[in-house]
Amino acid sequence: MLRVVLIKELAIARGERRLFSGLDLTLEAGQAAALVGRNGAGKTSLLRAVAGLLRPVEGTVAFESETGPIEADTARAEHLHLLGHQDGLKSSRTAWEELRFQTLWTGGTEDGARGAAKRFDLNRLLDLEVRRLSAGQRRRLALARLVASPRSLWLLDEPMAPLDAGQRAAFGTVMAEHLAAGGMILASVHDPLPVPTRSVEIGA
Amino acid sequence: MRAFGILLRRELALAWGRGGGPLLALTFYACVVVLLPMASGRAPERLAAIAPGIAWLALALAALLSLERLFERDYEDGALDLLALGPAPLEAVAVAKCLAQWLATGSPLALAAPVAALMLGADLKVMPLLVLCALAGGLAFAFLGGLGAALALGSKRGGLLVAVIVLPLFAPPVIFGAGALDAYSAGLPWTGGLFLLLAYCVGAIALSPLAMGAACRNALD
Repeated sequence: MLRVVLIKELAIARGERRLFSGLDLTLEAGQAAALVGRNGAGKTSLLRAVAGLLRPVEGTVAFESETGPIEADTARAEHLHLLGHQDGLKSSRTAWEELRFQTLWTGGTEDGARGAAKRFDLNRLLDLEVRRLSAGQRRRLALARLVASPRSLWLLDEPMAPLDAGQRAAFGTVMAEHLAAGGMILASVHDPLPVPTRSVEIGA
Repeated sequence: MRAFGILLRRELALAWGRGGGPLLALTFYACVVVLLPMASGRAPERLAAIAPGIAWLALALAALLSLERLFERDYEDGALDLLALGPAPLEAVAVAKCLAQWLATGSPLALAAPVAALMLGADLKVMPLLVLCALAGGLAFAFLGGLGAALALGSKRGGLLVAVIVLPLFAPPVIFGAGALDAYSAGLPWTGGLFLLLAYCVGAIALSPLAMGAACRNALD
C-alpha cells in the first residue's frame, strides 16, 4: 500500500509551452485532491506525469509505502491506476473479456472483476461487445476495472463526466470506501467530487 | 510470467481478429502467387527456377501488411497507457505483441509457403527448408515490423514511415533465406545462408524489444 505521494517543484511543458511550474502537492493515505483549472491548464498532463507516462521538465514525484520510500517504477507498476479520457477498451471484444484482462493485468482477480461488475450494475452487459455500450456504460466498465484492481492511488481524469445522477452517487460511495480503506485519489474535475476533497488550482 | 501469459492471450485474440487476421495475409499471399505466373509468362521451367525465391519474398510482403497497426490501436484508444502501468515493462509488452502477431499470422503463412511454392512448380525436396526459413524469417519479420510500427507511433503518415524503416531491415533475412533456398535447390552448400538467417532472427528478437519499449515510452510522453 502506498502511504504518501510527494510532488515537489513540478514543472511541465508541452512542446515549447510551459503549462505550470513550481507545483507542490502532498497526498497522504485516505486523502483526495481535486485538480481544478481552465481547459488546457495541464491537469491531464499532471496526472500523466504522476503515472510516469510524461517526463516533467523540472521537479520530482516520489512515493512512500508503510516501510518508507519506494522506487517510482515499482509504485507505478503496482500501486497506481490511471483512468483517462480514453479508457483503452477494445471495441471488438466483449465487456467481460476486457474487464477480465484489465483487472488481471493490474494485479486483480477474476472474482474481484465479477464483484466490481455487479457493483456497477454491469452484469447484463458483460456479454456485449464494447462497441455496443453507451458512453456511460463504457465509463462504468472502466470504473469497474479500477475498483477490481488492488491499487491504492487512483488518478482520475474527469471521472464523472458521462455518468447519470444515480451512477454518480454510486461512484461517490465507492470513492468514499476507497478513501476509508486508506486509498488516495487525485482527480481532475470541473464539477465537485461527492467526497471531501482538497482543491488544487493548476496553472493559476 | 503470469502477467505475460495474460497479455499474450489477449494479443493473440486481437491479432486473430485484427483486420481479418491470418486470412488477410494468406489471401494477399495467394494473390501474389496466382498473379505472378500471369505476369512473368507460362514457361514452367522458368517459374520452377524462381518459385522458392518468390514464395519467400511474397511472405515478407504479406508479413509487412498486417504489422503496420501493431501498436497504433493501443496508442490511439489509451490501452498503451494501461499496458505501461502493468507489472511487466513495455519491452515485455512488445515481445508479447510481436510473438502473438507471429503466432496468428506468421506461422499460418509459413505453413502456406510450401503450398505456394508447389503451385509454382518448385521441387518437393526444398519444402522442409522452405518451411524452416519461413518460420524463422517470419519471426524476424514480426519483431522488425513491430520495431517499425513502434517508431512510427503518433506520426501522421505512419504506414509510409513503417515501410521506409522496415525495408532495409527486411533485406538481410530475405537475402539469407533466398540464398539458402537457391543453393539447396542447386545442390550447393546451403547451411551458411540458413545459419545467417537464424542468427539474424535471434539478433532481431534480442535487440528490437529494447528499441520498441523506448519508442513506445517516447510516443506516450
